[in-house]
Amino acid sequence: MTGRIRRGSLDVVLEPGETALEGLLRGGAEVPSSCRAGACQACMLRAVSGDPGSVAQQGLSPALREQGWFLPCMSRPTGELVIEEGPPPAIGAAIVDVAEIGRAIVRVRLEPDEELSYRPGQYVQLIQGEHVRAYSLASSPADGRTLELHVRVHSLGRMSRWLAAAAPGARVGLRGPAGSCFYTEGRPDQPLLLVGTGAGLAPLRAIVRDARRRGHTGPIALVHGACDPTGFYLVDELKSMADETGNFRYVRCAMSGEPSDGVEIGDLTAVTLRLFPCLKGWRIFLCGSPDRVNALKKQCFLRGAGLKDISADAFLTARMPPPPLRRGPAPPGG
Amino acid sequence: MTSLYDELGGAVAIDAAVDIFYRKVMADELLAPFFDDVDMERQAAKQKAFLTMVTGGPAHYTGRDMRRAHAHLVAEGIDDTHFDAVVGHLAGTLKELGVSDDKIARVGALAESVRNDVLGRTPAV
Ligand SMILES: Cc1cc2nc3c(=O)[nH]c(=O)nc-3n(C[C@H](O)[C@H](O)[C@H](O)COP(=O)(O)OP(=O)(O)OC[C@H]3O[C@@H](n4cnc5c(N)ncnc54)[C@H](O)[C@@H]3O)c2cc1C
Ligand code: FES
Repeated sequence: MTGRIRRGSLDVVLEPGETALEGLLRGGAEVPSSCRAGACQACMLRAVSGDPGSVAQQGLSPALREQGWFLPCMSRPTGELVIEEGPPPAIGAAIVDVAEIGRAIVRVRLEPDEELSYRPGQYVQLIQGEHVRAYSLASSPADGRTLELHVRVHSLGRMSRWLAAAAPGARVGLRGPAGSCFYTEGRPDQPLLLVGTGAGLAPLRAIVRDARRRGHTGPIALVHGACDPTGFYLVDELKSMADETGNFRYVRCAMSGEPSDGVEIGDLTAVTLRLFPCLKGWRIFLCGSPDRVNALKKQCFLRGAGLKDISADAFLTARMPPPPLRRGPAPPGG
Repeated sequence: MTSLYDELGGAVAIDAAVDIFYRKVMADELLAPFFDDVDMERQAAKQKAFLTMVTGGPAHYTGRDMRRAHAHLVAEGIDDTHFDAVVGHLAGTLKELGVSDDKIARVGALAESVRNDVLGRTPAV
């Protein structure tokens, strides 16, 4: 049987290979989306009957899965899927301030209307108008209720440019938290390697601080990658963390430029593997550019890290312009 | 008779075996191209199902599933050399985990039984 989607008055028969999201959009529904790859959860909807498929529920918490929430961009139903109208529940939040902390990177601080329970390094979805985007949390609940995000300002980005220009007091919606990029207790002496590019530093900084707050005793290494040395930020904070114990190593890696103290020049994956050639028994966190994250994930695994010990958040963005929709069957009578 | 799956220590041990096995497969130049673009978690889940089956654990894989799962690889040109390489890595993995040679041979025979399904050939009856 071919897939069929019903939502309110909408009734769409899916084309072969079409996702539920594509079908909904083709039928004229307004469903937000960004990555269209199951990574950001911007498109999440709730199925009230029918099976969206297990791939479409990957990465969702057991509670959400049980209630029928799923990611339409990853769903290719083979039967009828009835979808609830209306978006997932969200809370409100107010922008506290926006500050430029690096080249094309702003720190956004947010005050949620209700306290958010999360683990440092997880991500949330921000909702602004029709746009929903995932951002990782650089803060920790231990620092108070205020949330901190690091947002790279994309030259044509709709959400990131809005955030960069937002005035204190501006309102956004907030959902989450989600994701498994966070420190877990139980192996305090396990060596940790955290590698990120650009704003991928946000969750990694949060994880390092969390690990130390929770009494981690093993070595911690943080590698931050950028195109050139002007791309690094939070340098003083991270350097000062390195001073405290000697157990924390902070390395910057630029693709081009002059090497200097603490700055390596070269390909991020190659430099990381040169500095950390054997990763057996290590816990790995990777965040930022999808290409870098995927390459590192594979190489860290080949160098001995267990698959379950590697947590990765690829910061997938929307493909612009969006891929064209298929042409469905001609509407009846048309 | 307890299965090798239980002897190895069930699901937890299979997770460790999957890591070793998958790493060997990915490091193999003959096989790596077929594993380059795939989602690592999803791939590991498949390998786990495969290892569970060939060690006599609670398998949910059927010959038909095997056929369907590998159809696109057959189209891309996998053949007996690839299958042999995978079985070789399977044996190597079990050896690393301290499994005796006669048991490895038993696992090899189970793996052999799905060769035609994996390679999309009509079974030799
Ligand atoms: C799990 C996860 C965590 C994330 N965490 C972070 C984080 O902590 N920090 C962070 O900065 N980002 C993060 N991201 C990425 C973030 O979700 C957004 O995708 C990103 O901010 C871009 O959103 P945008 O609305 O600004 O760009 P969009 O408007 O969605 O555009 C996407 C891209 O297309 C380009 N573009 C837009 N319009 C056009 C056009 N007409 N022609 C050509 N190109 C165009 C934009 O410049 C941009 O590069 C994360 C993503 C995921 C999946
Ligand atoms: S998860 Fe569906 S659009 Fe990102």
